Amino acid sequence: MTTTERDQTGIRANGLTKSYGSVQAVRGIDLAVAPGETVALLGPNGAGKTTTIDMIFGLARPDSGTVSVFGASPTEAVRSGWVGGTLQDGSPPDQLKVRELVTLVASYYPHPLGVDDVLRQTGTADIAERWASKLSGGQAQRVRFAAALVGDPDLLVLDEPTSGIDVEGRIEFWQAMRTVAERGKTILFSTHYLEEADANADRIVLMARGGIVADGPGTEIKAKVGSRSIRATLPGAGLADLRALPGVLNAERHGDAITLSCSDTDAALSALLSSFPGTRDVEVRGASLEEAFLELTADEDDHDNRNAIGQPPSPSQEESR
Amino acid sequence: MKGTTHVRYELLRALRSWRTLFLSFALPLVLYCVIVPVNRHAVSDGISFPLYFMTAMAAYGAMWGSINPGARIARDRAKGWVRALRITPLRARTEIVAKVLTAYLIALLTLALLYLAGTLFGVRLDAAQWLEMTGLLLVGLAPFVAVGIALGHVLSVDALPAAMGGLVVLLALLGGAFGQLFPRGVMLTIVKLLPSYWLVHAGKTVIGSGSWPAEGWIVVAVWTLCLIPLAVLAYRHDTGKV
Repeated sequence: MTTTERDQTGIRANGLTKSYGSVQAVRGIDLAVAPGETVALLGPNGAGKTTTIDMIFGLARPDSGTVSVFGASPTEAVRSGWVGGTLQDGSPPDQLKVRELVTLVASYYPHPLGVDDVLRQTGTADIAERWASKLSGGQAQRVRFAAALVGDPDLLVLDEPTSGIDVEGRIEFWQAMRTVAERGKTILFSTHYLEEADANADRIVLMARGGIVADGPGTEIKAKVGSRSIRATLPGAGLADLRALPGVLNAERHGDAITLSCSDTDAALSALLSSFPGTRDVEVRGASLEEAFLELTADEDDHDNRNAIGQPPSPSQEESR
Repeated sequence: MKGTTHVRYELLRALRSWRTLFLSFALPLVLYCVIVPVNRHAVSDGISFPLYFMTAMAAYGAMWGSINPGARIARDRAKGWVRALRITPLRARTEIVAKVLTAYLIALLTLALLYLAGTLFGVRLDAAQWLEMTGLLLVGLAPFVAVGIALGHVLSVDALPAAMGGLVVLLALLGGAFGQLFPRGVMLTIVKLLPSYWLVHAGKTVIGSGSWPAEGWIVVAVWTLCLIPLAVLAYRHDTGKV
């Protein structure tokens, strides 16, 4: 048996692509996660998050591109016990109690944590003697998290770790995760929720339609997709004038209809109505994450859709509409 | 020792399964204890019925025990557990060895139960014969262990119980576990190509020649050698491990 040398590169993915039949799940992504970093993969369903995670685990082979984990191939990293985590689907097996399941998984790793400590840390100590296959969705999710932690891997990869957990459970989950992060572990998790990504990650990688749309600190991603928008009918107003209004991040026009992406809809709305009295059919809405993603990727056929960190979409991109 | 925990829990899971308790232990034992008292002095296939039927029921229960890891594999696959194990350092070798060992340990428990019942109903063999019979049964179970693993990695959790049930019952029936169906003729020649025939007749073998004729060894060996690569292929195809 050979022992693979571990280096300090964390996760390195270059030019990854993966198709399933005619569906291109991941179309050429580059991703780097440094050791000790907590990174969120944020995106709607079908963005390619799970496929990306499967390639990092070595469960799926990229059609092209390379991925390495601490300098080794994903399979070697998994075999060496450097990687642990949870997959999106899956429930605990039959005929094992929670404590037994966690003990079993611990036995696979070279330097596992204490089973009781992990049970306590993940809020599963009180269900330790229950059958692992007969838990509620939230409880099963916690047990899966306990099983991911117990091997004490250097890299934790969690695919939608909080789906199906109630609010209280989420708070406990993120507390436990912070303890893990404080011990210098590298963490990559995927989520649909911007708030969750922003509150718990050092960096957010925004994915849509199989590509990375943005990559940066939470504040910047939030400004990009967390905004609310104003829609109205307003013939004849210049996009540049609209963009200059207070609280407006971006303006777009589709015929007579305009859409303003705003950091502050209150300021933008009063400025809009006083500057353009002809404004009709005003609608203020919170942009859903899905809409924000679609907007961010709408021009992908014409442009390189990957914006540099923190840079707003370029004017040329907007005016090409 | 690395892997002992995995083997221990694998065995624990098998022993906690109603399927194992019923099909491998309760059913053959109850059938034996109900049918033997009324046929105690009968002769079947040239040997005493209690001995014939002890071997038959031991073989029948052990077939279930050795094929049953496949049922657990299919359920684990359906639950995503087989996939979840792929992101742990658990080695393919440990996983397969645990399945095979569990199959054999459960089968041995079945044999012990039926030997005990046989003894209570007057079966007497010397130590060498008990050992020879056990040896023949364990060798003859190898194709069943392999086919269980193969089916478990290929069939869905819904299709599997029917496929396994049909296979075991059919092979047991044709092999003579519920009485010699074909005492002579072309059908006998055909059923002698089945591994279950040689399992069921291990009892007759040990009080006769002590070992299967070459024909028996060849049948069991050919089935085993054909099914092991299938099981390995199915495992690799399903788990992506080598």
